Amino acid sequence: MLAMDYRGPKRVRATEKPMPEIKHPQDAIVRVTRSCICGSDLHLYNGNVPDTRVGSTFGHEFTGIVEEVGPDVTKIKVGDHVLVPFNVACGECHFCKQGMFGNCHESNTQASAVGGIFGYSHTAGGYNGGQAEYARVPYANVGPTVIPEGMDPDDAVLLTDVVPTGYQAAEMAGIQPGDTVVVFGAGPVGIMAARCCWLFGAGRVIIIDKEDYRLEFAKNYANCEAYNFEKDMDDPVVFIKKATDFMGADCVIDAVGAEAAGNAMQTITGRKLLLQAGSATALHWAINSVKKGGVISIVGVYGPTDNLVPIGNVLNKGLTIRANQASVKRLLPRLIEHVQNGVIKPKELITHRIPLEEVADGYRMFSAKLDNCIKPLLVFPSANI
Amino acid sequence: MENTTIDPKKLPGWGIDANPENDPTYPLRVPRMNVSQDPDHKHRPASSQPVDVEVLKSIERPNVSAVFGESAPPVGLSGALRRMAFKYSESHYGHWLPLLLADRVNVVEGIIEDFAHGKVPNIFAEKGYAVEWKHNRSAFVTKMATIALVTTGAILLITRDKDKKRKKYRY
Ligand SMILES: [Zn+2]
Ligand SMILES: [Zn+2]
Repeated sequence: MLAMDYRGPKRVRATEKPMPEIKHPQDAIVRVTRSCICGSDLHLYNGNVPDTRVGSTFGHEFTGIVEEVGPDVTKIKVGDHVLVPFNVACGECHFCKQGMFGNCHESNTQASAVGGIFGYSHTAGGYNGGQAEYARVPYANVGPTVIPEGMDPDDAVLLTDVVPTGYQAAEMAGIQPGDTVVVFGAGPVGIMAARCCWLFGAGRVIIIDKEDYRLEFAKNYANCEAYNFEKDMDDPVVFIKKATDFMGADCVIDAVGAEAAGNAMQTITGRKLLLQAGSATALHWAINSVKKGGVISIVGVYGPTDNLVPIGNVLNKGLTIRANQASVKRLLPRLIEHVQNGVIKPKELITHRIPLEEVADGYRMFSAKLDNCIKPLLVFPSANI
Repeated sequence: MENTTIDPKKLPGWGIDANPENDPTYPLRVPRMNVSQDPDHKHRPASSQPVDVEVLKSIERPNVSAVFGESAPPVGLSGALRRMAFKYSESHYGHWLPLLLADRVNVVEGIIEDFAHGKVPNIFAEKGYAVEWKHNRSAFVTKMATIALVTTGAILLITRDKDKKRKKYRY
């Protein structure tokens, strides 16, 4: 089968690889029909996530048709078209029982902090991902969800990560009716988070990024205010203070994570020297621009383990910080409802369709922000759907 | 980007998930369980994936998780570095820095492996430069020119240094 193959920082290709096999009675094999490249794949692509091994296949946002199931799989059957949440979760452990599917204890041997994630380095369990013609899906009774009748697979594939992550970002921000929410980062997740803030009753939503085309897209898609931190302001923190009557935003969402631009010291120590777990620029801005007693919600991915974060200001301002990988499974029923009622329109985020054979070009285009790319979708010659 | 004044109440779905009890601890507080309240907190799925490849295991968990990925078992020098890293806790630089180093070593191993299989890696294509050339030509040319310039500069600098040394010897 054809699969994306990581060869080193900024080097990927499509290679013939052996077919995945059933390894556990609850495994399923799916023939992938849609697979996205995610902003958090770029942290791997740039070589910033430890234990990203040459020869591995990325891809944690995919849909597929069930080809084969292990003897203990009862919830899905061969022929079902399923969307596969990015978390690998057992559904039975202490954490899964509480809906923390993103923190499952029985899917990642290599680290105790994060649960298993498809195609996301050995730090997240060492699974091959869905940027391939076929993928092994463990715990097939838990994650994979049959795509509801009539739902466009383009909508379904974004329910595997972008929509739930954006939604959980807004949920963790603890938005109270009328709140002013600032979202750092106008990538697909930031845009989705901005859109979801309204569902929790936000009164004002501001998104901040450095690419005009992304801001324009966000303004239209999420009906929010959009500003460029390189062009519209000297200092994002002062800008937000001024925009909120010098009080600060009620809630701030960090949808940027490790690759943040905008601060030379953070860039050098975090992105170039890898001495901290990614540049924490967006998080700095979040802590300093939220009001006292405010809430910060982090969904931007940071690596392990150290970061230069102004924790003193967190203390002095009495902040609440909430952060997690989204627990897709917990949120799916509500989000499927929202998509079916037209409250959220995920597929409008997809701007590019790239054949799996041209995966290297897809990664370059997304990471270098070429051709006004918001969200690239890999298409499969074998999928026929 | 200019400011847009909008009436949020007119947006589809506005407030649909607003909940007066939605305090910042939601959703953790409601279903949160202490380990002691969970009589079955050591519960594991009934069957485990057989460990028939080398799986490195964090020292912060008692056993290999019931399922695991096996996308690229440790190999060669990078594998040795990774084995060393897994002797340290996840909260220690001794764990993460060797892993990052191993990743870089692994890249070289990947190139050697390609050649060993009679395959010359097409680095231009793997880096997706074709699409950069198509959509971002001027920046791409500048980037390549800078690399060329820096390389030439470095070569000149090294050669000049050699010349100077030679001259010194002559004196
Ligand atoms: Zn993703
Ligand atoms: Zn679990």
